[in-house]
Amino acid sequence: MSATTVRGAASVEVPMVLAEQVTKSFGSNEVLKGITLEVKRGEVMCLVGPSGSGKSTFLRCINHLEVLSAGRLSVDGELIGYREANGKLYEMAPKEASKQRRDIGMVFQRFNLFPHMTALQNVMEAPLRVKGLPKAKVESSARELLARVGLADRADYYPAHLSGGQQQRVAIARALAMEPKLMLFDEPTSALDPELVGEVLDVMKGLAKEGMTMIVVTHEMGFAREVADSLVFMDAGVVVESGLPSEVLANPRHARTQAFLSKVL
Amino acid sequence: MNGESAATSEPIKAIRLRHPWRVVFAVLLVAIFALFVIDAAFRPAYDWPAVGKYLFDRRISMAAVVTIQLTVFSMVIAIILGVILAVMRLSPNPVVKSVAWFYLWIFRGTPVYVQLTIWGLISLIYTSIDIGIPFMDPWVSFQTNAALNTFTLAIIGLALNEAAYMAEIVRAGLLSVDKGQEEASIALGMSWSQTMTRVILPQSMRVIIPPTGNEVISMLKTTSLVTAVPFSLELFTRSRDISAETFNPIPLLIVASIWYLFFTSILMVGQYFLEKRFSRGVGDRQPTKSDPAAPTTGAITGVVPVVGSGQPTVVVPPTTDAPGTTGHEGTR
Repeated sequence: MSATTVRGAASVEVPMVLAEQVTKSFGSNEVLKGITLEVKRGEVMCLVGPSGSGKSTFLRCINHLEVLSAGRLSVDGELIGYREANGKLYEMAPKEASKQRRDIGMVFQRFNLFPHMTALQNVMEAPLRVKGLPKAKVESSARELLARVGLADRADYYPAHLSGGQQQRVAIARALAMEPKLMLFDEPTSALDPELVGEVLDVMKGLAKEGMTMIVVTHEMGFAREVADSLVFMDAGVVVESGLPSEVLANPRHARTQAFLSKVL
Repeated sequence: MNGESAATSEPIKAIRLRHPWRVVFAVLLVAIFALFVIDAAFRPAYDWPAVGKYLFDRRISMAAVVTIQLTVFSMVIAIILGVILAVMRLSPNPVVKSVAWFYLWIFRGTPVYVQLTIWGLISLIYTSIDIGIPFMDPWVSFQTNAALNTFTLAIIGLALNEAAYMAEIVRAGLLSVDKGQEEASIALGMSWSQTMTRVILPQSMRVIIPPTGNEVISMLKTTSLVTAVPFSLELFTRSRDISAETFNPIPLLIVASIWYLFFTSILMVGQYFLEKRFSRGVGDRQPTKSDPAAPTTGAITGVVPVVGSGQPTVVVPPTTDAPGTTGHEGTR
């Protein structure tokens, strides 16, 4: 499993994601209390922990859907949401922020497909409107992406006519259409019926094998053990424990990790 | 309920329950209606020959066109202004928000008839329209009553009043779209305006159109109030003016009503098709006709995860050979 660290050896110095003391409060409620972690190029990191531990919030900070209260967060060496000049931070204009988001794909728990567009149109929307690529080219690569997630024959279906697992696979294809360098998965299988979880995890495994850098918030410990290069256990806004999934899952060192794992495993 | 076993059971044979009172009431209603129609046909006050004569009178049909113009122009302006006001009310800027709220407070809180009358007197309040820098000599200056005729004032009055109602309709529509939709499009790198025009507005249309259809129909009828401006070339005021000459008001009221009914009927048909168009992917639960292999569930693509290595990169579900399959499967 640790073979993935060799990937992208050319630019090994700059981590894909670097979080330093990331803090986030909603009013007086401090959800993240200083998260420091690093995700290497090509690494698959699973974030696990009880609900309310701040996993999703941290993930949303990475593409600036949430604004940090304190700390620094950079993706591929680029500070997220701010420009730094002369030792001062300048808030980014929405245009610059959305430029950063193009390179970061995100998959949501509730899919969030555009219901008024077919699967194909969902996948084509961002490359067409955001990148302004020619339609014929976008369509052929969108069909290719749908085939890649096993849905070539569902291209003209509206989301309402697809199962949850199919919808989530379309959502993955939609995120991939922007050719991101980082993929964020926010509990991608939590809203699915148990028998549909496998098809989504399989697509994600495929992505991991191709060397995509991924951060996955999940409760699927089997997936974490099999696919992840690192596992981070979060609780109450702090990283309690991290390491190789096999080690953390087999021999958790902290009492909180032990308590959590005893409930989910 | 009990799937297979129901197939073998026999259909129920029972004597149907009779509803004698339903029949009685139906017959009664039909009889009353028929009586009214027959009576109306022979009642001289309705003066049906006059109705026939004035229905396609050139003055009336011209007035009908003017009524449509008033409706269309003021509705278009009202919708544009309503969208702007709705977005303003949802703005994070408290000043912008308050301005929109104040507009709504004024224009929804006073009768449209009063507003139209005030617009008619606008040239008394503001004798000239000056364009330039405040407290300096204006670059351009118009006399108000020369620049704005009663037709324009009627449209302004109707549109500004209607915009307040449209703003609330649009706002309800925008709020009806799930927050996740906005997040998904932002996460894809779409700008605010792209998110609005491509994702939020098309979905909110489903909620916006039915009440907007009502507003159009209501606007068509409200045009009869522009006599307050005073503008007198639309359907109702025109037919009143004609009957003032002929001393025969009732047939002309019927003529005007027939025209109003004709237009509202057309609008109702148009609304039906618009609603159908914007309920794509939501309203119809049936799969598209072009794809007969449409499943009701995704069961056929379900793949059991196998723990361990040796998983294929892409899991191609066992597809039934549906027409329209592009043959891209498994190319990666």
